Amino acid sequence: MTVRGNIVGIDSPEALERALRTAYYLADDGLATAAYLGLALGKPLLLEGAPGVGKTEAAKAIAAVLGRRLIRLQCYEGIDASAALYEWNYPRQMLAIRQAGEETIDIYGETFLIERPMLASLRAPDSTVLLIDEIDRADQEFEAFLLEFLSDFQISIPERGTVRAAERPVVVLTSNRTRDLHEALRRRCVYHWIEYPTAEREARIVMMRASSVAEATARAVVAAVGKLRREPLSKAPGIAEAVDWAEAATLLHARGARWPDAFKRSIGVALKDEEDLTFISSRLDALIAEAAA
Amino acid sequence: MSEELQLPRAARVFVSFVALLRVNGFAVAPEQTTAFLAAIELLGPRSLEAIRLAGLATLAPPPERRATYDRLFDIHFIGSKAIDPAGAEDEEVVRLQEEGRGEDETLLADEANESGLVAARAEALVERRFAASATGDALRRLSREAPARLPRRRGHRRMRARRGPWADLRRTLRESVRNDGEVLRLGRLKRRERPRKVLLLIDVSGSMKGRTDDNMKLAHALSHAVPHVEVFTFGTRLTRVTRALRLKRREQALSAAAHLVSDWDGGTRIGDALQAFLAVPRFGSYARGAAVIILSDGLERGDPSALQDAVAKLSRRAWRLSWLTPLAAGPGFQPQTEALIAIRRLVDDLVDGGSTAAIVSHVLSLGQRKAA
Repeated sequence: MTVRGNIVGIDSPEALERALRTAYYLADDGLATAAYLGLALGKPLLLEGAPGVGKTEAAKAIAAVLGRRLIRLQCYEGIDASAALYEWNYPRQMLAIRQAGEETIDIYGETFLIERPMLASLRAPDSTVLLIDEIDRADQEFEAFLLEFLSDFQISIPERGTVRAAERPVVVLTSNRTRDLHEALRRRCVYHWIEYPTAEREARIVMMRASSVAEATARAVVAAVGKLRREPLSKAPGIAEAVDWAEAATLLHARGARWPDAFKRSIGVALKDEEDLTFISSRLDALIAEAAA
Repeated sequence: MSEELQLPRAARVFVSFVALLRVNGFAVAPEQTTAFLAAIELLGPRSLEAIRLAGLATLAPPPERRATYDRLFDIHFIGSKAIDPAGAEDEEVVRLQEEGRGEDETLLADEANESGLVAARAEALVERRFAASATGDALRRLSREAPARLPRRRGHRRMRARRGPWADLRRTLRESVRNDGEVLRLGRLKRRERPRKVLLLIDVSGSMKGRTDDNMKLAHALSHAVPHVEVFTFGTRLTRVTRALRLKRREQALSAAAHLVSDWDGGTRIGDALQAFLAVPRFGSYARGAAVIILSDGLERGDPSALQDAVAKLSRRAWRLSWLTPLAAGPGFQPQTEALIAIRRLVDDLVDGGSTAAIVSHVLSLGQRKAA
């Protein structure tokens, strides 16, 4: 294990937290510690949490802090190696063979190789951050394949040989925990479970992310959203929804709507499920009044 | 370990903490211990909180066992006994009502000193012999036929086929290289089929007492017959028993499940249990696109509207929702209970769940045409 205590001038979790703040991301101690340890120990960072707690955003912010390009691999059920690693451009190879006629031609040259996210990050480990998003949606086979990639950081392409990373790439994995990940994958990574932020922190996030929201509005929205998250909803509002709600309410208010009414009319940006809306509708007034108090 | 490792004194306390975690059932690999020590060295001597966070990041305790991790940490590093046992419950169990304070997780428990009540219960569960060999036959039939007959869905991957919607350019190219660039035959691809997820919800309340044992055996057989089976039990609580049932030997698996479930033969609040199931996003998503099977008599003590609402949600999420009740044994079955009448419109099948053979027949028929 190669330990590097200092990454681009960041030498402690606190320093990383400050740097993330400049990238408009407010991390708590746990996340800052885990992310710093991941970078310093050269291990992938695995972020788990409910949808909408800012896992993907964290990866973007880390890439911004390191000044690197973010390569995103979105997982889905049935994702396979060719979508994640590389593919050959078959039609082009076909054409090349036909055109070559009598000459010899290397149909496995660079021009015929289509780079996919994982290969791209191996080839430029010092200028990219690889984000493997929603790994829980991929299937077990892909997870096993990923495990191999994360331990050696190399890919063998049968026709061309092995591609190795010159240094360990920075990798961030996220999971919504729709299924349990394999233990081995969790072991290989530095792990952090992201909770919803505290009301205080979330209000600061809303104010930082939204263009022009008054502090009172942000606090009211965050209080209301916090209450909604405790209800048995099918889709609890995430942080992005809180930001949108504050923005929308502010906009309606600027156009002349009264306060509690502005919140109520813009509920559609926070709750995006018809059932949840009907479930909450009878208590919505009380809930908003409480939150705005 | 034959020889005593000479650890630096400072490191010993951290390594022994890992040992404590292992004793309490946390899986920690040696590489994680190394990472943990490296992390503490990196962070320097700051505070206990930094050590706790370093442990969380590198030893990766599962989130639902976070409370246990925190308590062990406090015991080890602070030595405090001022620990609040409430809230130290694993997330795999969702309580539906306050039933006084449950026993908190016994720390440092091993198989020998488990509480007598649980042990007796586990034994009772294991000791009962099959009422009839018909059950055994039905389970054997399930294990044998399930892999081929359970519903499948189309996967994303493609496989070679004689006929299919796509051309297999990769194979065609390879062959054409052998034939100097001539394409003699165009290979085809079609989408591979994958087994569908199955979600089994088992009512373990008092009114289902006669069926509970057999239902658990059936769940175990099904878990091993096909991949992607999730099993929950519900009564006054909702408990996920999937992991316990993954143990290969049936007796072991059933007693492991008996350990988890603490509401055998109690009351029922089906509506609340299903609502609780849907409210945990991780659980709720198990139902998406799955064949959902509920084994319950629908004798609801709670509010029928909660049940109706939950079943409606579940049926929209599921690929097919089957409700198997022991009350539907006769062919001319008409639902009598209020709850069953209410959910009849919402489920895809409302059929006999009175015997293992009947349940197995239905499960094996899931892959065929959907019920009208």
